Amino acid sequence: MVPLSYYLILSAILFACGVTGFLIKRNIITIFMSIELMLNGVNLSFVAFAVRWHNLSGQVFVFFVMVVAAAEAAVGLAIIIAVFRTRETLNIDQVNLLKL
Amino acid sequence: MLHMILFLAFAVLSVAGAVNLLIQRHPISSALSLVVVMGSLAVEYLLLGAEFVAAVQVIVYAGAIMVLFVFVIMLLNAGEEERTHGSRVAWLLGIPGVLALTVIICWALVEHSMAGVAAIGALPGPPADIAELLFHEFLLPFEVTSILVLIAIMGAVVLAARPESVEQTKKES
Repeated sequence: MVPLSYYLILSAILFACGVTGFLIKRNIITIFMSIELMLNGVNLSFVAFAVRWHNLSGQVFVFFVMVVAAAEAAVGLAIIIAVFRTRETLNIDQVNLLKL
Repeated sequence: MLHMILFLAFAVLSVAGAVNLLIQRHPISSALSLVVVMGSLAVEYLLLGAEFVAAVQVIVYAGAIMVLFVFVIMLLNAGEEERTHGSRVAWLLGIPGVLALTVIICWALVEHSMAGVAAIGALPGPPADIAELLFHEFLLPFEVTSILVLIAIMGAVVLAARPESVEQTKKES
């Protein structure tokens, strides 16, 4: 028997790691991975609350979050490729102009 | 007891993977530690009895999305991260803010939690019940996500296409 709050704490820690990575990393791909880490943390709390309320809707929402994450990854990585093609860098400190 | 041991083992593994993602400077190392996080989270879902979510987690996240990431890292030949300072506001306000928020959330969950305990495999409902819910109650959102995925595919193709090839197709048409 594990208290459900432990699962929520784990999801909070993973979310915090994602936010920290978003703030301190300078590589645009790693920043994108931090966003995926945050989404994973949120998914864990969805499933934990689904257990708490004995309701399957939580799992359906996790499914939708995953679909949106997949779509976001596809479009985001395409944007990263387009950025790299025009600037030839992945460092976000050097990507500071909307238009070249 | 077994549940607690398994939960703690994979919780430590996932947090270690997340911290390793922050420490590593090479994007490939970060991507591989993210795979570790996703795999151990899939085991946590299995422990809660969410078999469907665990399977989708492994197939979609650890499989498809991470392959996309590794593929882009290799395509762009991304090397080690350059050490630049970045935003000072992020360091001074962001990191302490995140730490404070996490500590407050954890304290609130430990002190005032009414969430109860979960037995192993506590979640009711096999994947068939989830399908029932998905294709009846959530039918409209499901169809809307299919449109979203279609738009995402087209957007990815348009964004990642080489500028010359786009102009060529314009001339031809």
